[in-house]
Amino acid sequence: MSTVADTQSRAGGRPGKKVLSDRAKGERKLGWLLAGPAFIIMVGVTAWPILQAAWTSLFNYRLTDPSAREFVGLQNYATALSDPLFWRAMGVTVGITLVTVVVELVLGFIIAMVMHRIVFPRKALRTIVLIPYSIITVVSAFAWYFGFAVDTGFANHWLNFFTFGVWEKTFDWFGSQLPALIVICLSEIWKTTPFMSLLLLAGLAQVDSSMEEAAKVDGATFGQRLTKVVLPNMKPAIMVALLFRTLDAFRIFDNIQIMTGGSQGTSSLSVLAYNATINRVQIGMGSALSVILFLCVVLIALVFIKVFKVDLAEGRS
Amino acid sequence: MPRRRTTVALIALAMAGTVGLSACGAGSDQGGGRELTWYTNPDGAVTEAGKANQAILAKMCTDEAKGEYTIRTQSLPRDASEQRQQLLRRLAAGDPGTDLMSMDPVFVAEFAEAGFLAEVPQEHRQPLTQDAVASILEVSTWKDRLIGAPMWANTQLLWYRKSVAEKAGLDMSKPVTWDQVIDAAKKTDTTVGVQARRYEGYSVWINALVEGAGGQIVKNPEATGEDLQLGIADPAGKEAARIIRKVADTGVAGPAMSSTNEETSLNTFTGADSGFMLNWPYVWASPQMAKIKNDVAWTRYPQTVAGQESKPPLGGIVLGVNAKSDNAGAAWKAVRCITSKEHQIQYMLGTGNPAANKAAYDDARIRKEFPMADQLRTSLDGGAPRPVTQYYGDVSTALQRVFSPPNEITDKTPSEADSLIHEVLNGEALL
Repeated sequence: MSTVADTQSRAGGRPGKKVLSDRAKGERKLGWLLAGPAFIIMVGVTAWPILQAAWTSLFNYRLTDPSAREFVGLQNYATALSDPLFWRAMGVTVGITLVTVVVELVLGFIIAMVMHRIVFPRKALRTIVLIPYSIITVVSAFAWYFGFAVDTGFANHWLNFFTFGVWEKTFDWFGSQLPALIVICLSEIWKTTPFMSLLLLAGLAQVDSSMEEAAKVDGATFGQRLTKVVLPNMKPAIMVALLFRTLDAFRIFDNIQIMTGGSQGTSSLSVLAYNATINRVQIGMGSALSVILFLCVVLIALVFIKVFKVDLAEGRS
Repeated sequence: MPRRRTTVALIALAMAGTVGLSACGAGSDQGGGRELTWYTNPDGAVTEAGKANQAILAKMCTDEAKGEYTIRTQSLPRDASEQRQQLLRRLAAGDPGTDLMSMDPVFVAEFAEAGFLAEVPQEHRQPLTQDAVASILEVSTWKDRLIGAPMWANTQLLWYRKSVAEKAGLDMSKPVTWDQVIDAAKKTDTTVGVQARRYEGYSVWINALVEGAGGQIVKNPEATGEDLQLGIADPAGKEAARIIRKVADTGVAGPAMSSTNEETSLNTFTGADSGFMLNWPYVWASPQMAKIKNDVAWTRYPQTVAGQESKPPLGGIVLGVNAKSDNAGAAWKAVRCITSKEHQIQYMLGTGNPAANKAAYDDARIRKEFPMADQLRTSLDGGAPRPVTQYYGDVSTALQRVFSPPNEITDKTPSEADSLIHEVLNGEALL
């Protein structure tokens, strides 16, 4: 809504309050009529559960002991925020988010460039690139788990072959934190890079090819064209892709749940919230963790939109 | 409020419609033909006549009921923790469509304390409990009320390769200790199959070791919250920690000890260079075992402390009836049918899961197919269940967390587990 108002005031050229013309009033009314029902449904299905979770998080409430439900204020938040396990999970979540998003951005950009330039076989290539993204995360998590497990895996055999026997065939990838996180990140990257590259491809397609040609005529090298012409012109697309992927990566759950179940220090915030809510049926604590996770996600979105000035609508203009 | 009432009325109307329709579909008379839904744990396919799994038992009992009720089975997930989650969600939501449940014994206390389970009616108590293994009866009871009906009772045996034991010079006719088994495997460069992944099976192992050293993880199981007294930090808990660490340090559990479960240890045991395995009796009927059966023997679970009788782990399935079920009367009749001695025998023959009825072990069919029948019965009688407490889920998860990974266990681990469990129960720590 604010975007619409901003655009209008910018278009009108007059800052501050202004009297709306009949036409603008009519448009606003039409806008509410068209978007209103969807808006109400959105509020119903998203805001209501969020408010409910915020309210429940103020209680000590266990599903198997409903009679002992008591109001504890911010106790659950205090417990969570003072527990080293929470901060370790936060560290793991931030780590996974940073690593996967950066790698996905670079890989996704390379793939997008290839898809953008290759004329033949363009459709086949785009289809192939999209395959990992079309696989259910749980299935891909199992595939990567079996690939790296000591008994069923092939990864150790290949590493052993390519390092001329230096790599141990019996290396336990899921036995300690770092190797387990590496496999989790690899699986996540493999799965979602196509999404990133698709968003970036859309951005690439928007860059006016005549500008690139002009730079070429002026003698710009490939690197100069990339950094001075292509990247600045597709910044909105890059930021939107980064925003989507960061929000997504921050909520990572499936890969961790399947591969380690959160053991060996690989719990993410979502895994913690799942354990509290679903496994321990501590609805109060689970809600508190979910609210914290939600606030983190809101913060990320705010940082992107306010600090990096991402305009979700700019992708179209 | 009026709106909620309307919604309830609508749902009730919709449900009445469904019930009416399904009754028509079954073609039964009015009043009869109640459909019971039985949530079962996966137990494999059975095709031979005279053998059964839970789906076949449901069919047999439906036939025997002659229209009084029909049983429809719904499969639960394979993993015990996930089975608990799914049942818990249905029970907490007061789902009247859940009538019968196959429950791991460790769920009983938690579900019963929450009032989710119906007590066994007086008229069914004696028939459901006569000849039942004492230890499984113990876990079917919560605060002196019989909550569940024992269907089958599980226990672990020490399975070993005869050739390996002979080579190591281990006399298997006498009780062996954990140290002896580990040393024998080390000496012969073979493996000991255990379950040390961060899951329920690991708690099974820890509990058996603690109980074997004369300790108890929870000393006063029926206590609530802060009053719960733990024995994990006692000498018995330290002895358990020492043995697990020894298994990890000697490498006898294979390269991926922290990923081992029943299946991986069975695969290791039936593969090359295997020596010993702690596992449930279902492994005997598994296809992998067929190729090495001649070299395989079994004995009682190893002792934690030399000279002190071991306490084999206990598991199994207890049948419970949802307190919110609309068909409780029919459900208990179905339980009677499912757990009859003949059905327990057929179930054991079909799945390899040991009967909870001790009389079943004298049956000729059982003795033929399960040469270890006597050993099973003595193990079941001498076994120790996991702590029967409403907080078992938290206790078990905390134990698994602190004891993982096995190669980082120290003599401080048991006291860390002790304080974590207390903190979690007081709401001061996350799990």
